[in-house]
Amino acid sequence: MSEHGHELSFTEKYIFSVDHKVIGLQYMITSFIFLLIGFTMILIMRWQLAFPGTVIPIFGKLLPATFAPGGILGPTGYNQMGAMHGTIMVFLGIVPLAVGAFGNYVMPIQIGAPDMAFPRMNMLSYWVYLPGGILMLSSFLMPGGAAQSGWTSYPPLSVINPGQTVWLLSMVFLITSSLLGSMNFIVTVLNLRAPGMTLWRMPLFCWSQFVTAFILLLAFPPLEAAAILQLSDRVLHTSFFMPDGLVVAGQAAQYAGGGAVLLYQHLFWFLAHPEVYVLILPPFGIISEIIATNTRKPLFGYKEMVYAMMSIAAMSFLVWAHHMFLSGMSPALSNFFLITTMIISVPSVALLTCLILSLKGASIRFTTPMLFALSFLPMFGIGGLTGLPLGLTVTDIYLHDTYYVIGHFHYVVVTGSLMGLFGGVYHWFPKMFGRKMDDCLGKIHFWGSVIAMNGILMPMLVIGLQGQSRRLFDPTAQLHNLIGQPMHVLSTISAIALMLFQIPFIYNFFNSMFRGELVDSNPWKATTLDWDCPSPPPHGNFAKVPRVYRGPYEYSHPDHNEDWLPQSREHAEAAR
Amino acid sequence: MSTETVAYENVGIPDGKLALWLFLASEIMLFGTLFTSYIILRTAAPAWPVGWEVLNVPLATLNTFILIASSVTIVTAHSRVQKRDQKGFSAFMALTVLLSFGFLIVKAVEYGVKFSHGIFPSTNIFYSIYFVMTGLHGLHVIVGIAWNLGLMWWAKNGGWDDKLFEGRVEYAGLYWHFVDVVWIFLFPALYLL
Repeated sequence: MSEHGHELSFTEKYIFSVDHKVIGLQYMITSFIFLLIGFTMILIMRWQLAFPGTVIPIFGKLLPATFAPGGILGPTGYNQMGAMHGTIMVFLGIVPLAVGAFGNYVMPIQIGAPDMAFPRMNMLSYWVYLPGGILMLSSFLMPGGAAQSGWTSYPPLSVINPGQTVWLLSMVFLITSSLLGSMNFIVTVLNLRAPGMTLWRMPLFCWSQFVTAFILLLAFPPLEAAAILQLSDRVLHTSFFMPDGLVVAGQAAQYAGGGAVLLYQHLFWFLAHPEVYVLILPPFGIISEIIATNTRKPLFGYKEMVYAMMSIAAMSFLVWAHHMFLSGMSPALSNFFLITTMIISVPSVALLTCLILSLKGASIRFTTPMLFALSFLPMFGIGGLTGLPLGLTVTDIYLHDTYYVIGHFHYVVVTGSLMGLFGGVYHWFPKMFGRKMDDCLGKIHFWGSVIAMNGILMPMLVIGLQGQSRRLFDPTAQLHNLIGQPMHVLSTISAIALMLFQIPFIYNFFNSMFRGELVDSNPWKATTLDWDCPSPPPHGNFAKVPRVYRGPYEYSHPDHNEDWLPQSREHAEAAR
Repeated sequence: MSTETVAYENVGIPDGKLALWLFLASEIMLFGTLFTSYIILRTAAPAWPVGWEVLNVPLATLNTFILIASSVTIVTAHSRVQKRDQKGFSAFMALTVLLSFGFLIVKAVEYGVKFSHGIFPSTNIFYSIYFVMTGLHGLHVIVGIAWNLGLMWWAKNGGWDDKLFEGRVEYAGLYWHFVDVVWIFLFPALYLL
């Protein structure tokens, strides 16, 4: 490695960099681009849902004729976008943003490390993720188009439909990338903490990354196995997931049979449920930092929150089949998964409760990141509570596969995770670029987004309770669904508004990078080590290895003359 | 980055070894999933071929011995490194690689015979499992060969005097034992049960 001596070339510095901060920013920019692409797809789909059979404005002309003949979205195009929207948002958008971007950038400086434990492996993980993402997008150009069996890719449909092979190959890339990343994160946290930074002095954000890395490490291989088996079903014509006597389009399928369709669902959800906690735990860590900083007091129940995260991670491996209550699984199994699902909601509520109690008696600074953190609490609450009826078998029979599920899941991931991540961008932007993002634009972005998001998702809960299936291409085709149509229109208009409200954010991000208000290394007056190094931190982060003397959230310490007592300060200075 | 040596807080296990064990944990999840799938598919099947009647048990037994022998040789290679005996290391590592190639050749013969009888992964669910699981294991053997060859090359090109060398040989050994253990499970599951 070359820290000293020669000047790094442009390529070494910005493209094939081994510096965790550059890699973090690469992840951040890339995942935001993927989020934008995934969001554009859903806008096109939502147009079809609200105004079926009409020409899509702007995008209609740009889409190829196989996709949208005459500018009107066709059913195949709709299915492809549906599958790709889910895949892109989860695997290429939120997870890389939460883990790849924030984990990479912030975690090492928060524990006082000069870099990740394996810098080159870190670089490799980004350069496996990016081709995986490009491969995923390129599947639209393949003959037959992209995958069209939903992000869940249930066989036998996924084995028969075109486009799936590229999806599976791309997943292998993404799984490899996250495997490399998670090994790196765990080793870094365990072996590269600054002197004095015991595990119980780590900021909650580091804990959330540490716990998340274990989930990624252990939950992704089963999906990899499932992807390998599905790939061999497609390429080698094996029949792991192809049952006996399968008939496709009136003809017997060319498969030996004997496979188990449900097996794939089990393998998929064994990953995909823990994956939900991968989506939510890092944002929980982020907003814990933001709330502690902006309430100027220690977090309520730091240890409880750590234990809650650990039990969420452990329990998340035992709840997967609650996605499959209606699959014909044994009722005894359903009961087991019902109970584990109810149990896992306890630590989730504990996390939320600790954060809400942290607000009690605080003189809150309503900074832009704090607004995002504050909105996270009730919005994630809605997301969590709407999940309970889905976890109970009795109510799930009615709600399964309706728009209610979509509403619930997006409340968790959009108003929950994504808002937390936006908050993180505003919070750590001064660290990344030495400049602050504009407050006014930030507030426009916040209020616009939070209202528009609710405008999109609340109608979905309503339509779902009316019983509308989530996979309809044209909701007006059935008479009984017509009653929900105004809700679809409201949802679509809100989605367009949400897109418009991202413009201030994008402008603010790039404008503030060069013209934002210059700030010192600790603009929020925060205690953790990330605010001890210069902004932006140089290669190697700290001029001198920091020493840690206390826990992460010593705000308003009675023996100290300022209202924040950094982890690296040896003694509190007597109050005047 | 400062050049002073700082004792970072750690758990007392070298980074590389920690990472390797984490990697093996994820590998266990991968193969564990495949074994679970095997159990589920087999218990659901109305009829299941008896392994020793359709597969070549003598060849597989030979392969089992080859792999176990290669595990012994890689351990010996590691102990040669500890004793600073470069010749011994090279010899035992070469033997390990040779044995690994032997394993692949035997496996290729087994596959070839099956193909020549018109038996392919698509033939039935038993062969689907047989080919995919042994194939994936074979892929791990190939990775192990590349790893060990890389170490031999590195030993000749400055690696021998590197203080990380002994650790790297140990990690290669750990990985190789894992590949060995997977086969120890595969052999009875596919051939004997």
